[in-house]
Amino acid sequence: MSREENRLRIVRRAARELQDGFYVNLGIGIPTMVANHVPDGIDIVLQSENGLLGIGPFPSEAEVDADLINAGKQTVTIQDGGSFFGSHDSFAMIRGGHINLAILGAMQVSATGDLANWMIPGKMVKGMGGAMDLVAGVKKIIVVMDHTSKHGDPKFLPECSLPLTGTNVVDMIITNLGVFRRADHDSPFQLIELAPGVSEEDIANSTTAKYEVALEKA
Amino acid sequence: MDKVVASAAEAVADIPSGATIMAGGFGLCGIPENLIAAIRDAGPSNLTFVSNNAGVDGFGLGMLLATRQVKKMISSYVGENKEFERQFLSGELDVELTPQGTLAERIRAGGAGIPAFYTPTGYGTLVAEGKDVRYFDDQPYVMERGLTADYAIIKAWKGDRHGNLVFRKTANNFNAVMATAAKVTIAEVEELVEPGDLDPNFIHTPGIFVQRVVHGPSFEKRIERRTVRED
Repeated sequence: MSREENRLRIVRRAARELQDGFYVNLGIGIPTMVANHVPDGIDIVLQSENGLLGIGPFPSEAEVDADLINAGKQTVTIQDGGSFFGSHDSFAMIRGGHINLAILGAMQVSATGDLANWMIPGKMVKGMGGAMDLVAGVKKIIVVMDHTSKHGDPKFLPECSLPLTGTNVVDMIITNLGVFRRADHDSPFQLIELAPGVSEEDIANSTTAKYEVALEKA
Repeated sequence: MDKVVASAAEAVADIPSGATIMAGGFGLCGIPENLIAAIRDAGPSNLTFVSNNAGVDGFGLGMLLATRQVKKMISSYVGENKEFERQFLSGELDVELTPQGTLAERIRAGGAGIPAFYTPTGYGTLVAEGKDVRYFDDQPYVMERGLTADYAIIKAWKGDRHGNLVFRKTANNFNAVMATAAKVTIAEVEELVEPGDLDPNFIHTPGIFVQRVVHGPSFEKRIERRTVRED
């Protein structure tokens, strides 16, 4: 399966976690694509941490407005019922537990839900942006990522080797090989779904974190 | 009361070398572009900037990096600027990376007279190293300090000579909160209006937080990632 097809499947699977009435923050990159796959009948409001609730589609050429961007600095639009606010209010929403769900990318996730997604030692450090605040404050954190690095190294590990974004923060992991979920932050991750054509053994061979197997019927 | 000064040059003329300056904006959105250019022309050096980002090469705070006027940046994300990277890697530029929400809250706290606060953000990470950790209701929190500055340079859509300000769309970002946290807040506005023209119900920043108002002569409003849909 191609990289594009894998990504699309990850994005579609993540979109199934959206619930009606949710306020959702989507990370930059693949998580942003989830906005294009919101299931029918599900009404959500997307938050952008630079100060926008109700992110709309990208603008037409005529609608482009330098004063209206998302956290990835892309030009966007605002939906009817949306609102603008300052960064201090934006992060009160995030840190104060008012956002239901954040979907983020990851370099590594540990068996206990630690997340590393902002820094590789020895490389230029760009900064964590709002990622540390999101994982500390949002009620549910879903990680979407390739199951292994481009060198084939597992990314779901006993312990993260990279600098952490947060400790014990991840609730669900969706990869090109399968889906892991845990009931709460004291419970271990369970493998609940396999991607088409992927076996339990394939997952085991690409994972060094300990996890339980509790496959659900597709 | 009249806080209007004639030009951006006049508004920044007393900023000394070594000053700490908050600069509003997110990426290039809502940055005080006229005031940044005026600081470049006035030439103070060894400046510490508190700003979410560091501009791009040749625009925004990137202009002041090019002229080596910046000694230190307190920011959450600085990845868009090659000159920044060069100066950081060579040790010419000091950088304090702060999570974006912690940065916003440090400024809010500073402006509200709160010297420190506890936040869950960054617990167990590099950001928490050397900082006090306390448990409240069995959850760990990291102590962060409030931030204040000698100056804040901010950008608003509309303002009057009392310093009342209204921001436009997502160009508010850090501007409103930074206005509260500096000894001298300088606001550049796209439209300078008469007192009474702004509906008091819809003022974002009350004039008490603003010391100087400048009607910006022009605004480039450069777009960092122009993204459009196919119709």
